[in-house]
Amino acid sequence: MKTALLIAIAAILGTMLLALMRALRGPSVYDRIVAVNVFSTKTVLLIALITYLTGHADLIDVALVYALVNFVAIVTVLKLVRERNLAPAKDPGDHRPDV
Amino acid sequence: MFEITLNALSAILLVTGGVFALIGGLGLIRFPDFYTRLHAGGVTDTLSPLLIVAGLILQSGGTILSLKLLLILLFLLFTTPTASHALARAAMAAGLRFWGGERASTDSEDRR
Repeated sequence: MKTALLIAIAAILGTMLLALMRALRGPSVYDRIVAVNVFSTKTVLLIALITYLTGHADLIDVALVYALVNFVAIVTVLKLVRERNLAPAKDPGDHRPDV
Repeated sequence: MFEITLNALSAILLVTGGVFALIGGLGLIRFPDFYTRLHAGGVTDTLSPLLIVAGLILQSGGTILSLKLLLILLFLLFTTPTASHALARAAMAAGLRFWGGERASTDSEDRR
């Protein structure tokens, strides 16, 4: 059983290496974002596999939180690339609540 | 007997998931433009977690660990297509060119 886990971990690590190569090389910034997205998804899987390999059941919570943070990070980076500014200043006379 | 079958099935699922992940990584390196790379990355981002989480759940059975893994899988299945869609949309809005440039667009118009 351990061999299957180790093979899966090796494949995931290889994928992370390839994604890292694309992130370093990628001509446009979107290529880099795709590579980082793949990298972070594979990190979640790697943590889940390590949980089963070592038998520490608590580690799965780390993977869960990482999966949650991951999506927010990608969307935030996309917005930053598009808008160049995450929190534009409001007009002083504008009393509408932030949306 | 049941145990052996379960372990074999789990091993097959884990290895298949790893192979799918590697194929996605290769596509990320080898494909010629952004949109094809997004396809390679996005497809394997949903398929390989599905297979690997299924393989892991077969090992732990009906425990809280399996529940958390299912939560991870559910979240990944919701978020990775959304992120891919947002990325493709942002790249289109930024005017990233397709592989083949002008030719590809005229070809598709001819077909219409």
